[in-house]
Amino acid sequence: MGLITEVGSAALVEVEEGTKIISPNIIITSFDKLINWGRRSSLWPMTFGLACCAIEMMATYASHNDLDRMGIIPRGSPRQSDFMFIAGTVTKKMSQVVRRVYDQMPEPRYVISVGSCANSGGIFNTYSTVQGCDTFLPVDVYIPGCPPRPEAFIEGIIRLQEKIKAEHFHWSRWR
Amino acid sequence: MEALQIAEKIKEKFPEETLDFREFRGQVSVTLKKGRILDICRYLHDDPDLFLDYLVDVCGCDYLGKKDVRFEVIYHLYSIRHRHAIRLKAEVPDSDPSIDSVMPVWVGANWHERECYDLFGIVFKGHPDLRRILLPEDWEGHPLRKDYPVKGPEKEWPGFLEVLDKAKRYREFEWHG
Amino acid sequence: MDKEMEEIERTFETKELTVSLGPQHPATHGVLRLVLHLDGETVVKCTPYVGYLHRGVEKLGENRTYFAALPLSDRLDYISSMNNNVGYVNAVEKLFGIEAPERARYIRTIVAEMGRISSHIIWLGTHVLDIGATTPFLHAMAQRERLLDLFEELCGARLTVSYPRVGGVRNDISQEFLDDLYQFVLEFPSHMDDYETLVTENRIWKDRTVGIGVISAEEAVNWGLTGGTLRGSGVDYDVRKYFPYDAYDKVDFEVPVGRNGDCYDRYLVRVGEMRQANRIMKQCIENLPAGPVMSDAPKLTLPPKDLVLKDMEHLIHQFILITKGPTIPEGEVYVGTEVPKGELGFYFVSDGTGKPYRMRVRAPSFVHASVLPRLSEGGLIADVIANIGTIDIVLGECDR
Repeated sequence: MGLITEVGSAALVEVEEGTKIISPNIIITSFDKLINWGRRSSLWPMTFGLACCAIEMMATYASHNDLDRMGIIPRGSPRQSDFMFIAGTVTKKMSQVVRRVYDQMPEPRYVISVGSCANSGGIFNTYSTVQGCDTFLPVDVYIPGCPPRPEAFIEGIIRLQEKIKAEHFHWSRWR
Repeated sequence: MEALQIAEKIKEKFPEETLDFREFRGQVSVTLKKGRILDICRYLHDDPDLFLDYLVDVCGCDYLGKKDVRFEVIYHLYSIRHRHAIRLKAEVPDSDPSIDSVMPVWVGANWHERECYDLFGIVFKGHPDLRRILLPEDWEGHPLRKDYPVKGPEKEWPGFLEVLDKAKRYREFEWHG
Repeated sequence: MDKEMEEIERTFETKELTVSLGPQHPATHGVLRLVLHLDGETVVKCTPYVGYLHRGVEKLGENRTYFAALPLSDRLDYISSMNNNVGYVNAVEKLFGIEAPERARYIRTIVAEMGRISSHIIWLGTHVLDIGATTPFLHAMAQRERLLDLFEELCGARLTVSYPRVGGVRNDISQEFLDDLYQFVLEFPSHMDDYETLVTENRIWKDRTVGIGVISAEEAVNWGLTGGTLRGSGVDYDVRKYFPYDAYDKVDFEVPVGRNGDCYDRYLVRVGEMRQANRIMKQCIENLPAGPVMSDAPKLTLPPKDLVLKDMEHLIHQFILITKGPTIPEGEVYVGTEVPKGELGFYFVSDGTGKPYRMRVRAPSFVHASVLPRLSEGGLIADVIANIGTIDIVLGECDR
């Protein structure tokens, strides 16, 4: 602490609100910001496709749109993932499995509901389809489209990152 | 062989079983009684002139209020060697919704018949593994029947109610930002 | 000594293990669930469970008019929506008794073959990815993106296109589109060479697929297999050759046929199909006739969209056709078309009203999924993954 005061306020550069950098490599920031930064920069989704949207999700992961550059690497196990795309129609038979996969994910966990079917049931207003996966899951981001384009997927992820960025004291309960 | 000739041949061989046949847009369907459907299918499959070796499809149809006999089980047959096709329709009454399974002739009928049982409630006698296939085991009703509403009956499937209940119970453990 | 062995056997007692593979598993191509009984690594019994994506398409189709049910067919086999649309409109046209004009038939053939290539690319990518090769997947998806861009240029949607219409296609194709597509067609064989260099003679790939999941020709027909899965066993049944629809009787193409009926032959068949699809597209572009793209049957086809937006009569006409449907004779038709997965059949029963009384989808994936126990039992658990890839199933179509 003594060092900082000695360096003096001249070297203390405020890069954004609440974060200051002292040259060459000391950063002063709040715990919230540090954790949120870490969390949003390497979001690992659950590899979990249900229907048509899963194909566009694959296209988003693949060479052309390349989600790896955003730190997003699909994980095969729910225990290693941070968020989950509900990509496609959730049927009543499948809802048990979806809920179970969600329950296996560690906190903090997020859900992105992708496409009309997951958002509201879409055109499949029938006996076997769940009318929106938010009936049994807490959804953070809704991506519209039938199916959404890869750009929409990326936008959805950016919205989720913004949401994580604005979180407060989410680490405190499990400190 | 022309489809009408096949139909004639079936009528010749099984005069008592054949009810009628009809041509529409070049496709012939033969309406049959359900009693000897397995014999008829075996004959169609084994006869060297017919040799209908490829069972394209088995499905049901519900004619509630349209015809005297409520259900029909429809078989689409095709011969890859002779390149001819025929459609068989077996009438299944509502009072006894059962028919012989054609699995001894075509193994591929397996899942089609299970699906037909699932969605129409037609029982296929002699099927080795007749369970529901698309819907959960404890589902009530048969959705493709005409008296089944599109959005499902009032009573929700218990499995889904369980999920909803679980979601409600676990809500307090969620993080709220 | 014997006593010792007995002791060891008693301590290390082996028993059958039951493993549930899926419905959440990256290698099951969707929401397929397999319950495997394993004796060590060997699969003793394999029971597939489907229905996790049962959306009630058939029931929904019976409550919509023929025109309004078209978008449902997109979402059956969502990898090759265009082929499903073509199959659907062909079946409805047969029921209505109308025919699409020459140009529309050529356009449909072109777009259907584009759909075939994009579907087979996904199959190739995911199949080899499951077996352990990541590179072909990334290379293949890059080319698929080009096809999707072309679809977008054509009709505005990448995946669920709904481009063909009963009696023709929605809009004519532009010269720019044809030029872009022709460029793709010229370049595609060299990309195919790339994929084949990576996969075909790869030692690991051959170890994993040659002699795996063998099914004989008679048995394959008896199971009702179609498409590449059947042709791998040496039966040349292809709906495009046996019942030519659209412009398939006017183009020259071969049907690749395998010999041994194993995973490797099915792979070769599908790769050959991609090259043939490219050939068909080339011929169709070169011989594309001029003329209208919608048949002249105003009572049975939707009016052109630009007139609907300008003209009251056409607007009313479209409204009536979409909500009430056309008047057609009573009857029933079954029309099968060759989609990338196999034979997709639509069976319509009409009662004279504008809605189908019964709409039945004969889905190839449904039949192919049923053959999984036959292919997998007695093999190793790792080969189950190869078998799931080789039968090329899409669960949206399987469960409907």
